Amino acid sequence: MTRARIATAWLGGCSGCHMSFLDMDEWLFELAEVADVVYSPIADVKEFPQDVDVTFVEGALANEDNLREALHIRENSRLVVAFGDCAVSGNVTAMRNPLGDPIEIVKAVYVDAPDRDGQIPEKEGIVPPLLPRVLPVHKAIRVDAFLPGCPPPADRIQAALEALLEGALPPNRGEAIRWG
Amino acid sequence: MDRRPTVTVHFDGVEHEAFVGESVLECARRLGIPIPSLCFLEGISVWGGCRVCVVEVAEDHRLRPACATTCVADMEIKTETPRLRAYRKSVLELLFAEGNHVCAVCVSNGACELQDMAVQTGMDHVRYDPQSPKRQIDASHPKYVFDPNRCILCTRCVRVCDEIEGAHVWDISYRGESAHLITEMNKPWGESMSCTWCGKCVAVCPTGALSYQGRAVGEMEHDPAMIKRLALARNRHEWLYPEEAK
Repeated sequence: MTRARIATAWLGGCSGCHMSFLDMDEWLFELAEVADVVYSPIADVKEFPQDVDVTFVEGALANEDNLREALHIRENSRLVVAFGDCAVSGNVTAMRNPLGDPIEIVKAVYVDAPDRDGQIPEKEGIVPPLLPRVLPVHKAIRVDAFLPGCPPPADRIQAALEALLEGALPPNRGEAIRWG
Repeated sequence: MDRRPTVTVHFDGVEHEAFVGESVLECARRLGIPIPSLCFLEGISVWGGCRVCVVEVAEDHRLRPACATTCVADMEIKTETPRLRAYRKSVLELLFAEGNHVCAVCVSNGACELQDMAVQTGMDHVRYDPQSPKRQIDASHPKYVFDPNRCILCTRCVRVCDEIEGAHVWDISYRGESAHLITEMNKPWGESMSCTWCGKCVAVCPTGALSYQGRAVGEMEHDPAMIKRLALARNRHEWLYPEEAK
């Protein structure tokens, strides 16, 4: 049997979903017997590989890097799972949306708020420009399954992975889809 | 034995007796037939605004809100069809897209009827673009907080304040996407002279729009038994608390 190729990505989120992923504890050993985690912020892999079976995307799309990465992930993944509330709905990351133009928020935080030496952090190629509005993942790329929760509890992630390993989509009824 | 006159109705093909004048929702609840609802609150007037309780009535292509539809003889009501499931889910998605509902940072996380209804109707994501309106919180009241970002305009607070407490502090002002709750003549809640601080509005709020001062994320509690008592005690002539009545 070929081993499943699983990836996880960390976009505009707090990494809480990845902490919850690690909360699966000893089940991770069982996962390691049947699958390879080929890309993840908790694995030392620099480039997103090709031919990934399923990618769990944590976080909303807040800046141009997030957007580029999401498109790249979609091209190279058979299935994409929106992993956690930020990916599903924008959640906390999108709480800036009602405030309008992001540059005004950046100014308020980095220029107006400090007592001295306020400046807008910018460096081409290092600090990615913010998108005008934070987007949930499915507003930029096709998403095959949604795994809400802030964070999704470990048993919910495990249930999703167990279904995916059997070739099914994760459960999307009842408590499996509770936000918050 | 209830001696009110009845009519025959059918719920999902099964014959039942409905009391004359009874709404489809009331009748279904009495019979134990589940119809989800959000703005409905037993004991106060019917609003029919949320559209979560829609049902199909035979030979009518329009969906009807069960709370605002009266049972008539030989009515054939369907409470659970693919079409109804799709519409109810869409209603939840629209409600989430309209306001700023961030469960993760909400005082009512885990004690929210909107959140529960999203689970019940199978809403795993929102297909519509979020409107992300900019809305100001009113924390001027010493005891309570109003956060319009979380308000779904169910008007339970308006109705309970008017009909049960008799104060009529709350109202809806403006129209369409600008519609929002106001206190008195659009004054800060804390300056309201008519508010009696009774907290009935906070008790019946299905979301985190109305809450108590000083509560953090997930610290809101709703007591369904108390809400029921609030709304029904007068109709039932219960003038004492159960423990006092002993």
